[in-house]
Amino acid sequence: MSQIGTHELAKYPFLAEAGEYLRNAGLSLDHLGHSDWQPIVEKAYGRIVVATSGQIYDSQRFEKIDYDADEIDMEVLSFIVAIILLKSTNINTLARRFSLSEARRAEKHLENDLKQNKKVNFSLKIIQELFSIQVKVDNDEFLMSVPAYVQRAVHFHEKEWKLVNRRVSNGFVYLNAHETVRLIRTELGEYINSRIKSLDLPPLPESFVQRVNDLVELAKKFSETTYISSEYPPCVKHGIEVLEKGENLPHSGRFLLATYLLSKGQTVDQIAPLFKNAPDYNERTTKYQLEHISGSSGSGTKYQCPSCEKLRSESLCFATPDCDGIINPVQFGKKRKNP
Amino acid sequence: MIEKDVLLITSAFKEYYFNRFDLIHVPQRATEREFGYQKFNSGMTRHLVVKNDKELHLLLMKEVPSDVYCSNAYYTFPNLPMAEKDWKGADLIFDIDAKDLALPCRKDHTVFKCSSCDNHATEFQSQCTKCGSTKFETVSVGCKNCISESKKEVTKLVDMMTTDLNVSKEQIEVYFSGNEGFHLRVTNADYEQLGSQERADLVDYLMFNGAIPESFGIKRQDNSKSSLPTFDEKGWRGRVARKLFSSKSKAPKATREIIASGYSAFQVQLEEIKKTMGVRVDPKVTMDIHRIFRLEGSINSKSGLSKIQCTNLDSFDPFLEACLLGDDTVDIIADCPVQIRLKNKKFGPYHTERVSLPKYAAVYMLCKGLGNAV
Ligand code: SF4
Ligand SMILES: [Zn+2]
Ligand SMILES: [Zn+2]
Repeated sequence: MSQIGTHELAKYPFLAEAGEYLRNAGLSLDHLGHSDWQPIVEKAYGRIVVATSGQIYDSQRFEKIDYDADEIDMEVLSFIVAIILLKSTNINTLARRFSLSEARRAEKHLENDLKQNKKVNFSLKIIQELFSIQVKVDNDEFLMSVPAYVQRAVHFHEKEWKLVNRRVSNGFVYLNAHETVRLIRTELGEYINSRIKSLDLPPLPESFVQRVNDLVELAKKFSETTYISSEYPPCVKHGIEVLEKGENLPHSGRFLLATYLLSKGQTVDQIAPLFKNAPDYNERTTKYQLEHISGSSGSGTKYQCPSCEKLRSESLCFATPDCDGIINPVQFGKKRKNP
Repeated sequence: MIEKDVLLITSAFKEYYFNRFDLIHVPQRATEREFGYQKFNSGMTRHLVVKNDKELHLLLMKEVPSDVYCSNAYYTFPNLPMAEKDWKGADLIFDIDAKDLALPCRKDHTVFKCSSCDNHATEFQSQCTKCGSTKFETVSVGCKNCISESKKEVTKLVDMMTTDLNVSKEQIEVYFSGNEGFHLRVTNADYEQLGSQERADLVDYLMFNGAIPESFGIKRQDNSKSSLPTFDEKGWRGRVARKLFSSKSKAPKATREIIASGYSAFQVQLEEIKKTMGVRVDPKVTMDIHRIFRLEGSINSKSGLSKIQCTNLDSFDPFLEACLLGDDTVDIIADCPVQIRLKNKKFGPYHTERVSLPKYAAVYMLCKGLGNAV
């Protein structure tokens, strides 16, 4: 990324190339391992703990326009150390959760920057350079092409994201700053995750090792789901993936997963952990709801898996040719026709 | 279908395929597409590669298919099984079928065929008058009104594609489907990449499915904060405004009334607007990015008419321009209780009688199951 001001790096630390940043600061990992730098390691660790718990790190400061030079270093270095720690744990759930939360943090900053005349071009450039999406400005609105818009918006299930509920003209969709950045959250998250994945791991200083171990311990809290089976229909797979990413799945999507898996003979106890990563997870309510759906509590009615048609109308259907000829997800794989 | 009928129809098709090479071409980027065909009384042959017009003509002459198809999708390996084809993109396609429009004229040109005996009736009956069976198949014959209403849908679709979605007129090809409707193909690189889900959302836009009052300024809670779009707005907001207020000057009064009637009343109005202004296409066709779609220039075995491009939609008369089979006379036993019009001539009604008809009309009745070869 060309010509990034240091202030921008504090907000978007993933734009910094780790090795280069350290070199420019005259630092090496060995330096950071020295006890003088322990606060950075602690800050990095804290950053991960906050992020993986589903919150957004540093959320008080989105309105803050300027960081002083020390703060900038703190911000960028703690991010760099954080991704080194994450890479060392080699646990996907942690990296994914961290990336998503950091993406949401960047999203907030991008939104603020889009609203300021001086910064709007820089923000649009980030979007353009990282994700090849052209966004145009029209007064205080943002225009994204219809194809670029629907490719992202179909992953959201709220009605207001449907194209029919947007202002559309000449091949462009009108958006406000908030909506514009919301649309690229997943891509931001993937980008940050890719930074972790592609990191060349140097030998770790001693002071890092303890925190890596702490993170491994922390990760036990989050279940890595083992439920994805290639036998599942695309709609069910999609739902599981959304939950895995720690993103929100609407009620209708959770209902699909629950009824489908119950119909395949899984128990409430087997299914419940699937929802653990949801931002609003609560063990008691989840169990209660699952028991209700399974018919083992309340009215005793066992709920059936919704039809493909119903799911299609709720934008939850992701049909592939393997879905040919079925009308309910539970039939998936049974009726496979030979073309 | 019985063998005698197949013979008569196949010979008519063969003659057409032999004489009209000028009308039958592979679409652009043919080598990246999957072809398929069907023969009477047998299954589908798919996953074929047809590189150019010459290969296509050869295939038609050799196989004389009842129906020929070609993918809207582009693949790296079109001849491999679906999972290995490597999907690269697909034209946007639309299917507008008169039968989905449920027009009042349908009952005047629909025939009920008893599934157990050979009895044909023009009125719906709960039981066959001959054998008492309760199972019927329906066939519908060509109707001017159905065609002209379908054309209106085509026009609406083309308008929305060009104004709202920025597709140029040159990128939209309109075809008569060969039976009772129209097919559209849009070749626009920006839309080519879209997956099934995205296409479904585009279709909902065009059909005006899933619109919520909030998008048009009507609030569920605080009614006093509601406002409606204005006459000159772009896209659906403008269309809805123009529909709600018949003129600009009536807008302020109408706005007050609509807001006063509240959220659910407005929801009902949106449903109404969807019925009259939404484009009625078959969403499944547009969503399917692996479909093989009827090939232009080929004959539709449901009617014996050809799928051909309409360069001038307004004046296009499918029962003249797409009726391209020979006109030498053949004898058939016709059981066609409704009158049909082809090439500006009227035929029937016939009640299980032997008649001499031009080949195109005879084949039309055979294809519809309203006659048999002698
Ligand atoms: S067609 Fe049915 S099973 Fe397949 S993805 Fe859609 S809803 Fe699921
Ligand atoms: Zn009968
Ligand atoms: Zn009609």
